[in-house]
Amino acid sequence: MTVLLIALGAALGAPLRYLTDRAVQARHDSLLPWGTLTVNVVGSLLLGALVAVPAGPAVTAALGTGFCGALTTWSTFGYETLRLTRDGNRLAALANVLLSVVAGLAAASLGYALARAATG
Amino acid sequence: MTGPAPRRVDPDVDLHVPADRDELPAHPAAVLGAIAAGGVLGALARAGVQTALPHPPDGFPWATFAVNVTGCLLIGVLMAVIGRRRVAPLTRPFLGVGVLGGFTTFSAYVVDVRLAVAAGATGTALTYLAATLLGGLLAVAAGDTVAGRLLDRAGGGR
Repeated sequence: MTVLLIALGAALGAPLRYLTDRAVQARHDSLLPWGTLTVNVVGSLLLGALVAVPAGPAVTAALGTGFCGALTTWSTFGYETLRLTRDGNRLAALANVLLSVVAGLAAASLGYALARAATG
Repeated sequence: MTGPAPRRVDPDVDLHVPADRDELPAHPAAVLGAIAAGGVLGALARAGVQTALPHPPDGFPWATFAVNVTGCLLIGVLMAVIGRRRVAPLTRPFLGVGVLGGFTTFSAYVVDVRLAVAAGATGTALTYLAATLLGGLLAVAAGDTVAGRLLDRAGGGR
């Protein structure tokens, strides 16, 4: 059962990352990979909220492990940072790392705080 | 091929690359299906590692650390191959966007840092934060460099 729930969440999360990345890139043509940053921040906010509430194992499997895990990505973030560095855009690479980590941590904390406030 | 291929930055999808731009309108079901299937496999593999190596809230998240560093090594290798060899059109959507994107996770990375801080293990949190950054970025560079050199030495590229 857990396996099916993780699979269901991931089957939605991974395509949603791709579609979000496309949509963000179509609107913002810039050096920084805003599409990946968007999915990573949104997924971190959602997972932060999820760990704050007493969610059952089924919800955790589907939304946390499956959906948030597949929506967000470390491999894409890593490759983009490498690419920016190799192409001589060291400042952009550094900005990507700092922005992703700081915004991801802030989003996780915000999600946690919002969920705590909402559930009392 | 006319002219050099545009440089790819985003391995998930890079709209500067014509093939990436055209793949979704041309084959939406195949592309999204390949990504979903790969994402399921990657996420289940990650869940398997996390189940095998659980960690307390104040402990070092070895499973997620290993998953993210391994995924970085493999995306480096994959993109080196895709940049030098002719591969099936769904290779990047399935393996890169799906399997490796589903395998690695940014949300668990930052949430585990946050939970370790909340559990009073600030040192562990900072070590994990820095070790993943260092390990992941070195792994992606190593995968790309080593695979790239091996492929270039073997020749026969496009």
